[in-house]
Amino acid sequence: MASTAIPANQAPKLNYLNNGHSLKSWLLTTDHKRIALLYLISVTVFFFLGGFFAMLIRLELLTPQGDLMQADTYNKVFTMHGMIMVFFFLIPVVPAILGNFLVPLMIGAKDLAFPRINLLSWYLYIIAGTLFLHCMLTGGVDTGWTFYTPYSTAGSNTNVVEAGLAVFIAGFSSIFTGLNFIVTVHRMRAPGLTWDRLPLFIWANYATSLIMVLGTPVIAITIVLVAVERLFHLGIFDPRLGGDPLLFQHLFWFYSHPAVYIMILPSMGVVSELIACFARKRIFGYKFVALSSIAIAVFGFLVWAHHMFVAGISLYAAMVFSFLSFSVGVPSAVKVFNWTATLYKGSISYATPMLYAFGFIGLFTIGGLTGLMLATIGIDVHVTDTYFVVAHFHYVMVGGVLMGYLGGLHFWWPKISGRMYPEGWAKLSALLVFVGFNLTFFPQFILGYVGMPRRYWQYPPEFQVLNVLSTAGASVLAVGYLLPMIYLLWSLRYGPIAGANPWGAAGLEWQTTSPPPTFNFDETPVVTWEAYNYDEIPPKEVEAPVAR
Amino acid sequence: MEHEAHNPALLHHFADAQQQKNAASLGMWLFLVTEIMFFGGMFCAYLVYRLAHFNAFAAGSQQLSIWMGATNTAVLIVSSVTVVLAVKAAEAGRRKVLVGYLVVTVLLGMTFLTVKGFEYREKFEKHHVPGATFKFTNTFDDNGKQIPVNPKEAELFFSLYFVMTGMHALHMIIGCGLFSVLAVFAWKGHYSPGYFTPIENAGLYWHLVDIIWIYLFPLLYLISRHS
Repeated sequence: MASTAIPANQAPKLNYLNNGHSLKSWLLTTDHKRIALLYLISVTVFFFLGGFFAMLIRLELLTPQGDLMQADTYNKVFTMHGMIMVFFFLIPVVPAILGNFLVPLMIGAKDLAFPRINLLSWYLYIIAGTLFLHCMLTGGVDTGWTFYTPYSTAGSNTNVVEAGLAVFIAGFSSIFTGLNFIVTVHRMRAPGLTWDRLPLFIWANYATSLIMVLGTPVIAITIVLVAVERLFHLGIFDPRLGGDPLLFQHLFWFYSHPAVYIMILPSMGVVSELIACFARKRIFGYKFVALSSIAIAVFGFLVWAHHMFVAGISLYAAMVFSFLSFSVGVPSAVKVFNWTATLYKGSISYATPMLYAFGFIGLFTIGGLTGLMLATIGIDVHVTDTYFVVAHFHYVMVGGVLMGYLGGLHFWWPKISGRMYPEGWAKLSALLVFVGFNLTFFPQFILGYVGMPRRYWQYPPEFQVLNVLSTAGASVLAVGYLLPMIYLLWSLRYGPIAGANPWGAAGLEWQTTSPPPTFNFDETPVVTWEAYNYDEIPPKEVEAPVAR
Repeated sequence: MEHEAHNPALLHHFADAQQQKNAASLGMWLFLVTEIMFFGGMFCAYLVYRLAHFNAFAAGSQQLSIWMGATNTAVLIVSSVTVVLAVKAAEAGRRKVLVGYLVVTVLLGMTFLTVKGFEYREKFEKHHVPGATFKFTNTFDDNGKQIPVNPKEAELFFSLYFVMTGMHALHMIIGCGLFSVLAVFAWKGHYSPGYFTPIENAGLYWHLVDIIWIYLFPLLYLISRHS
């Protein structure tokens, strides 16, 4: 396996970062690694914007009265928070940043199959984001991120159509990313890299791409129908005109439930990589973990109506969807059990990425198990539209997706930048994120269970203590998120130089230099080994220069 | 295989022309899948409302011009044939024949759109365009029996009619633009028997748009017309 490794004493060579410094060389690049960095910057901007709205929500909820803002403003603030986080952060974050950077590297390809479409998808994201910002600055939207009709078509006075158009365009950005990944994985793998030798991150992104390609067009047409109804007063979903608002909910959730798997699957892929590397073992039950990604993608399309148990669907349909929702728990549990089994007798080290991976497993398990509670019709009816639901999906979305993303970002940062991040600060911020996260969202489980509804700007005084805890946690969380941005930027200049493989990790991406050359590999690698062959990696490589 | 390295159409990140062609072709098929899902949302809405408001949909259907729809169906089927012939011509390296078939395809597409335009005009004249001016009077079936219809439900039929055929027409316009560009490129000699993937893939797109019409025509114009 050392045959394609690059000697460490090589002179500084041309890599993707120093190959052209002009603005044009970045804005018109077709290099997947540069496009990944463009995404990194723009997605981070939206993350902090969405986080800003989250802080406004938490500040308003610090006291029972509506003192920071009025009800209408609050409606807009949580809508902005939701739309930005879902469509402009969670969906693109891991596939478009880490996936873009790593998919070609991990399969030994020079680039994605369609580099220009890859650039186009970034521009679509930017156009969508700009439209959304314009919409936000000219008054915002107050429908909630779910665009429920008939409020979105006949009730709301806000600029629903523009926000819808932004989501529509962002959707095409994600369709093109998914399409690119699927074709790349099918057609661009290095010689010898068979499907059962693929890294699990690739499997996860492949499954994600299937959902992107199959699901996103449905939300696109749904938004078109909402816009047409609003603009031309056609009665497609309006009950006064013979339409059916339930049809909107079916079409909306047909995409938007699988969309949560678009968010979580790539992070699960990241965690598989981290666990294998820092336990220095082949992933237990590789095939099961790989196929569980596909199973999640398939089952994920069959559970959407569990968002509609109280919306008036038939009881029998609800029972079927309840059962199917439980069944998604099986492939998800396969992953968690197999990660745990991988740790057994592994030689575990506790670098920052591994801390995030542990955080992911714990928080995702809580998020997943409360998901099973919500799949139970009786409990769901009781807690629908309460903070219990809010806490549940934040455990999956923030505790899961973000933990996976941050773990992956730290793990591959030496590959991306060629520098190590400062380990001490990174561990501190991982701790802050974990503590802050639980402090923010665990009280919300209790709040929801005892009856605090979501999407209100006021609440009865007896809920205040738990809300104060939640707001305090959000502040800790904010510090935990700001820290990495500061020290990662710092490390670009002052971090210790990372070698090609600072973690002694398996995987083709570690066999090229850090940062990689523009076309990734000087010679196309030929793969003759299984993924995660940590038994065969010589110990001296394991002790390679981890920053102290 | 060595000469393929000098193929100007071969992009740097592919190992050979075959890999590039396979990638482009798979990408196109996946794109067609997204189109099917996109139209699928509308077909789903159509089916739900057709079941809910059967009489209104039957009565609305009677108001559509069957001969214009049939003419358009024939035009599209012929255009699919000319696309196939264009791909054959590209494969054989017959440049002028290729350009000819591409131009004929565009003209057939424009014929379709023109007929569609006349159909839309008829809808405006009969006040069948949803909105404030919409009017729908009750109709009679073949036996002279009145079909009771709620005008609001008939309006829903026409809403779906306009959205579905409008979205299809938009795809036709994009297709016409695409083939016009390809015709210019073909005239300039961009394609050879070794490289004509764009023609093939645009052809796939055109066939899909045709097939969608092949479903739209019976659903909107034909079935339950004589309830």
